[in-house]
Amino acid sequence: MSKISDFIGVSARKNVEEAIAKAHAHESFHALLSLTETRALERADAVDRGEITGSLAGVPFIAKDNFLTLGGTTTAASKILENFEAPLQATAIEKLEAEGAICIGKANLDAFAHGGSTENSAFGPTKNAVDQERVAGGSSGGSAVVVALGIVPFALGTDTGGSIRQPASFNGVVGMKPTYGTVSRYGVVAMASSTDTIGVLASNTDDAALVMGVMSGKDTKDMTTLPDFFTPTILEGKKKIGLIKEAMTDDVDPEVRRVTNEYIEKLRSAGHEVEEVSLSLLKYALAIYYIVVPAEISSNLGRYDGIRYGRRADASRLSELYGSSRDEGFMTENKRRIMIGSYVLSSGFFDAYYLQAQKVRTLLINEFNELFQSFDVLVAPVAPTPAFKLGENTNDPIKMYLADVMTVPASLAGLPAISVPAGKNEQGLPIGVQLIGKRRDDALLLALAKTIEENA
Amino acid sequence: MTQISRDDVQHLAQLSSLQLTDDEVSALQIDLENIVGYIQQLDELDTTGVEPTYQVTDLQNVWREDVVDNYGIDKAALLALAPATEAEQIKVPKVL
Repeated sequence: MSKISDFIGVSARKNVEEAIAKAHAHESFHALLSLTETRALERADAVDRGEITGSLAGVPFIAKDNFLTLGGTTTAASKILENFEAPLQATAIEKLEAEGAICIGKANLDAFAHGGSTENSAFGPTKNAVDQERVAGGSSGGSAVVVALGIVPFALGTDTGGSIRQPASFNGVVGMKPTYGTVSRYGVVAMASSTDTIGVLASNTDDAALVMGVMSGKDTKDMTTLPDFFTPTILEGKKKIGLIKEAMTDDVDPEVRRVTNEYIEKLRSAGHEVEEVSLSLLKYALAIYYIVVPAEISSNLGRYDGIRYGRRADASRLSELYGSSRDEGFMTENKRRIMIGSYVLSSGFFDAYYLQAQKVRTLLINEFNELFQSFDVLVAPVAPTPAFKLGENTNDPIKMYLADVMTVPASLAGLPAISVPAGKNEQGLPIGVQLIGKRRDDALLLALAKTIEENA
Repeated sequence: MTQISRDDVQHLAQLSSLQLTDDEVSALQIDLENIVGYIQQLDELDTTGVEPTYQVTDLQNVWREDVVDNYGIDKAALLALAPATEAEQIKVPKVL
């Protein structure tokens, strides 16, 4: 893997050319959907001429293909947006470009970020960076793999229920899902607006902190953004850390538990106090998530109708045009989630499902708040297993959803959470550990993880 | 456990503006029944008097000046994205 500092103060053109050459050399992983070589080289030359400067001048990166970017297509890995060329760029991309970073291409994902394996991409799955017979995780699978393969030092992802953290764990990279509202979502394809966040995948915590510092802050184009609070920090003093015991049951792969326990020993050796704690509502988090998120998806995906942009089916009547465009343009999982959303929001069912889920969500948030009165940080595995085999879970949606069981609680509560590489199983598959913090404690999580990173 | 009929699936498809094939209806009937069965576990919890959570920003009343901002995108660029246009309008097939 590569570090941001390796790319600073050297030829930007060489950085971009080498990254593109590496992308071509690793095509068999299918981590990328497109390269934006022309625009990237133009920007690199401008950096080399001194016309573009900044803290990331000449550093190449890759964005998940649900970030709107200039110089190529933005597909969300879907047929309906297969040829869509955005007329604008996401705020996150603009901020990185303002510091001189160079987007060289777009990473594969589950279509519209619906999934946990990148197998739901309309253009074929991404392979795991360590074992090509296994999934990359998802939905930011392509972003995790391009970092793990050292194609670029960092990549952008989105995390609605674990979509940065879980692929980070499966491929052995750092993945940061910030506090809800930290980074503007303007210009990013919306999935579930009450939990969608933008974050970064990188080879180390310092690079993740650097990129988060650039991307974060209030944006008038996204009214949910918080006033800028993210400042990279160093750890001061010893922390009180709670291990979520419901995430360490027998249902969890023994090797995942072993790696988590080893990480906890490292935290203890560094002088931190670690105690077992209970998040009793953890087992309900996935049910809340699979009510609230499909409800928001069914609304957010209403805009893909073949009228104003995107692929339009042949039809002689308008109603047929809507139905055919959407049927051809969406993957099975997109349809499944839209239909579940329509179901839980239907009159007669709304109170029983959607309203009840939002009330249980309050109870879950209350439980987090109580824990954070006594603890600074919570720790848990990222996923119940290491990367599973391609095709293993594709016919069983519930089994696929269960891969998110440990990542959705932080999403529902809007809390920052990171996945850091912690070890490997006997077959050499990477396993990450998750640190969850109080709202706005994003930089603290990275600083804490850094102390263990250095001890490793 | 809640039963979901083929008619229910068709009704949801209509609400969702989706045209499904027969095979898709059969597959979704099973998937929806399983997923609804799973999410029903929330019934176990007593939420009497609990306020629902709709957003987690801590923000309230985010105001801005009431001035037009086109975010730097002009009409022509947006119209160029539409699959069919005529006289600066987006064209669609017959509505009725």
